[in-house]
Amino acid sequence: MFRQPAILTLLEGIPYPSMILDSSFRIVTMNRLMVAATGYEADRVKGVHGELVVRSNVGNSRGQLYSQVIRTGEAVSVSGDILNGYRHKVPVQYHISPLANGKNGTAGLLVIAENVPSGKGDNGGDSVAGAPPELIGHSPKMQKVLDLIPLMAHTDASVLITGETGTGKDKIAEIIHKKSARARFPFIKVNCGALPLGLLESELFGHVKGAFTGASRNKPGMFKIADRGTLFLTEIGDMPMPLQVKLLSVLDDRQFVPVGGEHSVSVDVRIIAATHRPLREQVRNNTFREDLYYRLNVLHVHLPPLRERENDTRMLLDHFLEKYTRALGKTVTGFTPSALQTLLSYHFPGNVRELQNIVEYAVNICKGKKINKEQLPPYIFEKQPEAVAPAQPPVTVASEPDEKQQPSNPPAVDNGNGSSWSSIERQMIVDALKKNGGNRINTAADLGWGRMKLWRKMKKYGLLG
Amino acid sequence: MRKLLIPLQGDFIAPRFDLATEILIVRFEDGEILGEPRTIIMERPSDEGLCQMIVEENITDLVCGGIEELHYNFLAWKKVAIHDAVIGSWQDAVKKVLSGNLESGTILPSSVNSVLTL
Repeated sequence: MFRQPAILTLLEGIPYPSMILDSSFRIVTMNRLMVAATGYEADRVKGVHGELVVRSNVGNSRGQLYSQVIRTGEAVSVSGDILNGYRHKVPVQYHISPLANGKNGTAGLLVIAENVPSGKGDNGGDSVAGAPPELIGHSPKMQKVLDLIPLMAHTDASVLITGETGTGKDKIAEIIHKKSARARFPFIKVNCGALPLGLLESELFGHVKGAFTGASRNKPGMFKIADRGTLFLTEIGDMPMPLQVKLLSVLDDRQFVPVGGEHSVSVDVRIIAATHRPLREQVRNNTFREDLYYRLNVLHVHLPPLRERENDTRMLLDHFLEKYTRALGKTVTGFTPSALQTLLSYHFPGNVRELQNIVEYAVNICKGKKINKEQLPPYIFEKQPEAVAPAQPPVTVASEPDEKQQPSNPPAVDNGNGSSWSSIERQMIVDALKKNGGNRINTAADLGWGRMKLWRKMKKYGLLG
Repeated sequence: MRKLLIPLQGDFIAPRFDLATEILIVRFEDGEILGEPRTIIMERPSDEGLCQMIVEENITDLVCGGIEELHYNFLAWKKVAIHDAVIGSWQDAVKKVLSGNLESGTILPSSVNSVLTL
């Protein structure tokens, strides 16, 4: 009934993780995206019950949906999630369709796990008309960036996004992907500065079983998972030199060899890279390869810092106020004139991210209808350093301007003086731990949390020794 | 003495840690099972509740299907030996653990080409 090569060709044409099951719900075959999603090679799971491999939650009624489709002969589509090979829960729309056997019967099922963006349907309020959700800005500099997005979306050329921390580089990358022809394929983000060399190489290019201690199974790298989609390499300026060579080779040849592997893998991936570092300077200092720099810098977009975005600050304040008021179930309606004045005259070294955190802090603290000066983080009243505003390059496409990039700004949100909501929470945990002599059970009880929640928070704030 | 916990779904290792409501606990030493394996039915599926149980029961080994990274890291931090992404019957899994050669991602032979009712 199932002719493997024909089925496989059909499945590979589906831009989502997909598999064919026989009438007993055992896997006949699955496409590469399903291999990437589950972490199991197709040959190994042939004959295994589909749900044991896909690990979906669909109504916690495993097998029943499959039976229903076989019984009724009608396709069903339900939303749910699957637990992928990277131990991440991924929201999906689960489509199960019957495959007829030509004798009024059903020979098997086609199962498609359509990726659903996690933020779907949760568009922020007042984004600019025509602009993608959550991208807010009317200032001329932001308008130039917005104008570039369609141009960048209609090509497969590499894009380099620069800008200070907190200016929205990730968001722009995601929007370019969503507006491109690759939108139905994966958008994979890898932070090149977060992992040591060996791990990053394995993360990007995958490894084969036995490649190193602990490599107990084949793992497809992010390049493979992003096949036909977009790979977003953030903090590219922090990528170790040896990996830069391998990345350049992939960009040139569109193929690579997984760690410990013998055969090269071909991929069709668009690269978007981002950094807050002055890459040209790094090239001069021999910490970033010149050839890779030019390979990535085909299209370039520079995101202006918030202090250069004129009236956008006010719009962003209102946007985040509404967002957090709704999220926290509060009834805050605005800022008092003096609080607003303080915020508008603050220069936000951490840009939009810092502004967002300040509003989140204020909404949390505020008990009345309007946020007043006392409810703003104290650090913003301290004497601010002279605004460091180097001449920013104009936004360009196809070539990078004379790049005197922004200085490496300190991470925005917290100046270390305990001012953001996060730092208050962190301090709260530290104090409770001190009070309880480090006993986590008592600390959790003190804070009114479960032990897992305390552990999660401690992990978040780097308090686990 | 070591203590093995396996979230179950029927005769199989539950495909998801967070959705399992039936738990098997096996005490063993030197490749031999000690006493009778114990089965616990949970009131409702709860990954955090399961983590709590693993800590309170002093479980040393966990065999499961899919488990979220957060819980995996928590249990690894609690020094539980975790074999995840394992597919197959719990009997086969117990045998493999007793013989000390179960690895994460293993597909046990019992799961292939058998008609299952999950």
